[in-house]
Amino acid sequence: MMNTTEVGTGAPGAPLVKVEERLFQNRYLVDAGRPHIKIKPHTEPSKALMALTHLCPAGCYSQNDKGQVEAVVDGCVECGTCRVLTAKTGEVEWNYPRGGFGVLFKFG
Amino acid sequence: MIRDKFDAIVVGAGPSGNAAAYTMAKQGLKVLQLERGEYPGSKNVQGAILYADALEKIIPDFREDAPLERHVIEQRLWTMDDTSYVGMHYRSDDFNEEKPNRYTIIRAQFDRWFSGKVREAGAVLLCETTVTELLRDPQGRVIGVRTDRDGGTAFADVVILGEGVNGLVGQRSGLRPELKPDTVALAVKEMHFLPREVIESRFNLAGNEGVVIEAMGTITDGMTGTGFIYTNQESISIGIGCIVSDFAESGRTPYGLLEAFKRHPSVRPLLEGSECKEYAAHLIPEGGYNAMPELFGDGWIVVGDAGQFVNAVHREGSNLAMTTGRVAGETVVWLKRRREMATKANLAEYQRRLEETFVMKDLRKYRRIPDFLHRNKHIFGVYPKLLTAAAQTWFRVDGVDKRAKEKQIFQSFRSGRTLPGLIGDALKLARSWR
Repeated sequence: MMNTTEVGTGAPGAPLVKVEERLFQNRYLVDAGRPHIKIKPHTEPSKALMALTHLCPAGCYSQNDKGQVEAVVDGCVECGTCRVLTAKTGEVEWNYPRGGFGVLFKFG
Repeated sequence: MIRDKFDAIVVGAGPSGNAAAYTMAKQGLKVLQLERGEYPGSKNVQGAILYADALEKIIPDFREDAPLERHVIEQRLWTMDDTSYVGMHYRSDDFNEEKPNRYTIIRAQFDRWFSGKVREAGAVLLCETTVTELLRDPQGRVIGVRTDRDGGTAFADVVILGEGVNGLVGQRSGLRPELKPDTVALAVKEMHFLPREVIESRFNLAGNEGVVIEAMGTITDGMTGTGFIYTNQESISIGIGCIVSDFAESGRTPYGLLEAFKRHPSVRPLLEGSECKEYAAHLIPEGGYNAMPELFGDGWIVVGDAGQFVNAVHREGSNLAMTTGRVAGETVVWLKRRREMATKANLAEYQRRLEETFVMKDLRKYRRIPDFLHRNKHIFGVYPKLLTAAAQTWFRVDGVDKRAKEKQIFQSFRSGRTLPGLIGDALKLARSWR
């Protein structure tokens, strides 16, 4: 489901943390084929877009072989951090999932 | 297309939207409430603490059937370094009162309960319905909303926006500016389950007593932010949040930060053997009074997180949300009784009424604090280290005489922050606080 496997905390010597293990606990109703977040085509990602590869709390963003940033948003927790951070550069097209789709918090 | 015209449409079924919808429906207004989640609460995230006073003013007997977890009898404030904390704890049996003051809650359950009350009061709730835009008349007055339910529209005299911090409707309609990465925090949270007797013995609790811990220090790795640990009946909510722009610059992952917090030697024993059943993330508006957008206009009012109603210093938000929702609802009822339109001039009454409450008084009092905390990151890094080191020097008995220890502590503060630095921080804090 996710496009990231192991992600470090970014701190020197810190343990690797698997973000998917956390997301497996969550319930989602994925709107198949209709991702609510899209990245605009680019050759060089901006600093903000690059930051999302570590900042997205669901690990949805990663860099591909060509250096572009890609997103797989099935595990998105709909916080909006990526929208806020890229609001200036406009690289992320962000909408809420259609009514009823997306993450379903049992506890919140 | 929903044919009926409503007195009010409420966008969102969180604390602010529910408070507004309940207040209006209870007074006989025709209210339509729209929620994008499968059920109210399914998209909502909070620590979470419920402040009784704000809810009592809406539903006085809420304690009879609301899903409350534990009433808070103890508050712990921790200043942490990597191996220790200096704590200020306040515990009182006075909080074991007939009508307790604060409770821990689980939002998905609480919001569902609150929404049940809203529907009992007579409001119409449509879930799985995302509002996509505001509808306006030729004069620019807001007259309704468009939703993603077959492009359906609904009309009302006034639209109350309780759409949360990441509220796209108001923001895309130009009612308020875009959130800024340096005035909004990203918080991540996990729900850890343990048998209730384990929680009670670990936290020194009896029955439904609860403890809440707020923590700052090296856990945020130099970023402006805090962590929290709240006791529920059979679970512990643990989370950490930092300003988004700090996260962006630091290279840290939010879940990595949470993991390190969980592994702190003072935290790990509290969670030992627990089972994590959910991981959530949410933004928190931290800009306070200075980041507050316009609160009303022709045909619309904004309430709750969408209006930046969060007191970052006291970690209060849901009570401000409920209070703004209630006051917005009361304002609309008042106008309706007077047969007056929801024009911008008339809705100014909303802000006038809010000014009389703790909401605006507190936010105005602390208007300089968000900026102060963000510009003085050493508050979150340098001071906790100095404080915890000082405590260790003071409490360790090692043959060094007490005067020498005092000197060592004073020296550590002078070299860690310099004398002008220390005085400057004290003055800046005092100025920001008053």
